[in-house]
Amino acid sequence: MHKFQFRPCGNFRTSYQDELAIFNTDFGRLWISIGILLLFGVVPFISSAYILHILNSIGIYAIAAAGLNLLIGYTGQISLCHGAFFGVGAYTAAILLVKGGLPFFLTVPIAGVVSAAVGMVFALPSARLKHLYLCIATLAGQLIIEYVLVHWESLTGGAEGIVIPNTSRFGLDLGSDRAFFYVIFICFILMTWIAVNLTRTKIGRAFVAIRDNDRAAEGMGIPIYPYKLLSFAISSFYAGLAGALYACHMTSITPEHFNLWLSIEYIAMIIIGGLGSIPGSAFGAVFIVTLNEVLNHIPEYLMNIGISTGAELNIAPLQDFFYGLAIVLFIIFQPKGLAEVWRIIRSSFRLWPFSY
Amino acid sequence: MANDHKMKAFRGEPSIFTSTRSEESQAELKVKDLTLKFGGITALNKIDLSVHDGELISIIGPNGAGKTSLLNCISGYYKAQEGRISFNGKDITHLSTNHLAKIGIGRTYQNIELFPGMTVLSNMMLARHVHYKYNVGQASLFLKNVRNEEVRHREVLEELIDFLEMQSIRKQLVGGLPYGTRKRVELGCALALQPKLLMLDEPFAGITLEEKEDMVRFLVELNEAWNQTIILVEHNLSIVMSISDRVAVFDFGVKIAEGSPDFVQNHPQVIKAYLGDTS
Amino acid sequence: MEFFLQILANGISLGFLYALSALGFAMIFKSSNVLNFAHGGLMAMGAFIFLALSVWAGLPIILAFALTLAGSFTLGFLLEKFFLRPLIKKTLIYAIMLTLGLALMFRGLLTFIFGGDIYSYPKFLPETLSLKWGGIQISAVYVAAFIIGAVSLILFGLFYKYSSQGIYMRSVADNKPAALSLGVHVKRSFALSWAIAALVCAISGVLFGIINGVSVHTLNSIGLKMLPVVILGGLGSIRGAILGGITIGLLETFTGGYISSSLQEIMPYIVLVFILMVKPYGLFGLVETKRA
Ligand SMILES: Nc1ncnc2c1ncn2[C@@H]1O[C@H](COP(=O)(O)OP(=O)(O)O)[C@@H](O)[C@H]1O
Ligand SMILES: [Mg+2]
Repeated sequence: MHKFQFRPCGNFRTSYQDELAIFNTDFGRLWISIGILLLFGVVPFISSAYILHILNSIGIYAIAAAGLNLLIGYTGQISLCHGAFFGVGAYTAAILLVKGGLPFFLTVPIAGVVSAAVGMVFALPSARLKHLYLCIATLAGQLIIEYVLVHWESLTGGAEGIVIPNTSRFGLDLGSDRAFFYVIFICFILMTWIAVNLTRTKIGRAFVAIRDNDRAAEGMGIPIYPYKLLSFAISSFYAGLAGALYACHMTSITPEHFNLWLSIEYIAMIIIGGLGSIPGSAFGAVFIVTLNEVLNHIPEYLMNIGISTGAELNIAPLQDFFYGLAIVLFIIFQPKGLAEVWRIIRSSFRLWPFSY
Repeated sequence: MANDHKMKAFRGEPSIFTSTRSEESQAELKVKDLTLKFGGITALNKIDLSVHDGELISIIGPNGAGKTSLLNCISGYYKAQEGRISFNGKDITHLSTNHLAKIGIGRTYQNIELFPGMTVLSNMMLARHVHYKYNVGQASLFLKNVRNEEVRHREVLEELIDFLEMQSIRKQLVGGLPYGTRKRVELGCALALQPKLLMLDEPFAGITLEEKEDMVRFLVELNEAWNQTIILVEHNLSIVMSISDRVAVFDFGVKIAEGSPDFVQNHPQVIKAYLGDTS
Repeated sequence: MEFFLQILANGISLGFLYALSALGFAMIFKSSNVLNFAHGGLMAMGAFIFLALSVWAGLPIILAFALTLAGSFTLGFLLEKFFLRPLIKKTLIYAIMLTLGLALMFRGLLTFIFGGDIYSYPKFLPETLSLKWGGIQISAVYVAAFIIGAVSLILFGLFYKYSSQGIYMRSVADNKPAALSLGVHVKRSFALSWAIAALVCAISGVLFGIINGVSVHTLNSIGLKMLPVVILGGLGSIRGAILGGITIGLLETFTGGYISSSLQEIMPYIVLVFILMVKPYGLFGLVETKRA
């Protein structure tokens, strides 16, 4: 008989297997099931097209951010080319869909693999060195990939980019944002689950060991270089896969979106969400996309209430400023990000109303 | 079936010691003509040393004698300019640190190298890394074999925790533990690797008398009951002399004496190195 | 031949500017191992402060320049004090990511205020400064850059070598715990290296502003180029930074002159990846054995 555990006030587990569970209590499992039901059963039907579009963006960014979190948050290696890998994925998908005529469901994983392969070009030489060198190599990677996207016109369409006609999007009739919502969030849940699995096995432990003390890790028989490469490959796979979804979501892509600042935005996302926390990556994606939308609407709002009259007030650059500020403030005051804030809130309600 | 994975009471004999004895835990180390230089300093000068299976050999010598450097060479952190190291007949001079750990050379460090932000248990799981048998693909889907491996090794580690009497701290962060306890955790990590050859760098330095007694007890049991081959680098001569099978004395990168504790204790050069030139 | 020599001259002049700028980058790296991704932002700050003071406030050039330097010095000092200092005890990657945050902040702020346009300073360098040598010409700004750069290099060299604070800073760069135990004020030393770095950034920002026009975008990408420069020279070596700067300068002008001008911008990074493959610790760097 399975005894339900809702609010244990201690560790009552009776088998080592229980300790491997993702959720500590049946309460957690219950909530997540309700959450998933709501997400798939209710949200797509009550949301406006605009909200749905935003939710889709959040899902896509959250996938890429989860990958980056495995690399930065768990393995402690900074990558500055996540944006470029996102772009590689987007372009791979677009090219395969439009020129290759491949079905959508094949292009997405292929895009991930291509991104990971491109990532290896930059990681192979530098991951063997101290972590700073990987960071520097990824900067080079970012700029070189940007250059290639603009200049390899025959393949990428140059600065014009690629338009993905609705018909070639999926092969199936999944053209609407609502249908695509399901695609994105199924991917999101799957990829999050995979990331969580990695973190609770020897793979994730090895990543963390490399982050915290690579010499000791080596002494324990953990090969640093292969694991750094693996982490990098996984993270670029996530970026590529998310990029492929992005290409289909936006239906047209141009190279300038995938610039260095996008890479830094991803870093902002995981810092804000919580380094070393997979759910944190999703929090970060929610935060950044929402902030983006709010800032986009401020000029309009100011105009409506009559404070500003002209449309010339361009607030877009302030976006960067706020991302930067958020990075700085979170690193200094809450380096574990929103995930930690959430944990604190939750644990203070854990035994509510009989907390001590 | 599920009952197999229930938390068990300790049976007194950690299975990692009982299950894999004889040839599998064979440890024969040979160091030949090893020379290591740092710029002008000769940290090791033509060192010859052999360690036989089941032996507890101690290396003593004043500070800066090159004891730690020798361990670092054996475990692959330093690459000697000259000389060879072989382990069970295989040349290991150029193997990388992680590879050496994998073939069964485990160690502790003079300045504890652990993961302070992790629990004792996580540290030991990390140390057992090489024994977890599954690949990335299986891990990413958390297949049944992954789950079984995790549980199986957890059981092994629990036995080890019981052996080292660390039950009460298994879920505590290593960074918050007292120094002596951390030394014990480090021993636990080294053992979790299930090494054929265990190298300990000053395990008795800076710990209380009681902790020393415990540590001696563990080392003696490991060596005598479980036939664990150990290289012990240590300053505390009374401990060294009472538990070692053999003692090697280093001074300024040179091995000045080697033999039974009695022999070494009365060796004139050793007395000179320790007491200074009194003539 | 004349074309070649002209490009050579351009390359060396440009390289010298890179070297000057890389000095600021290397200084921070040497003292605290932080890769400063806000380098370009600091350059842009300096360039725009100077623009605001000289053009908008109409101050005399010398005064505007002096105020810019003072302002940048203070800015660097404050950045360290309020942002970097809380992270001294944390892992390095936090500090590095913090500089990314600072880079975003500078970029956002400057683009918000000044937009994406390119501004130019009034012409204040005397034309007599420019050099002509047969058909080869080196414009006044490069000569000025050379003079300012050389003077700064000598000043910093003297400061590091002889002043007590400079010696403290070197000791911190060499071995932080040892310096701490000898009673060196490590925090002050970090703050000072940020302040000096910001000052150097401002100088080079203004000089680049004179050459290319003042734009957030350009200065930011020049700031990033410091990475190939210092990698080429070996991270954390001041002499390496200078040699790396000149090498990258030459590389760029020759690529632009002989291959293609669009490739010019990306060439340093291609070389960077190549360097990492064959000689990762730079052309002039050292590898040391870490103690275990
Ligand atoms: N990584 C290193 N770099 C430079 N010198 C070193 C290094 N490691 C050890 N040494 C030098 O080698 C000599 C032997 O040191 P060590 O092996 O630590 O001595 P012991 O452990 O016997 O006290 C010392 O002179 C020490 O300074
Ligand atoms: Mg030692």
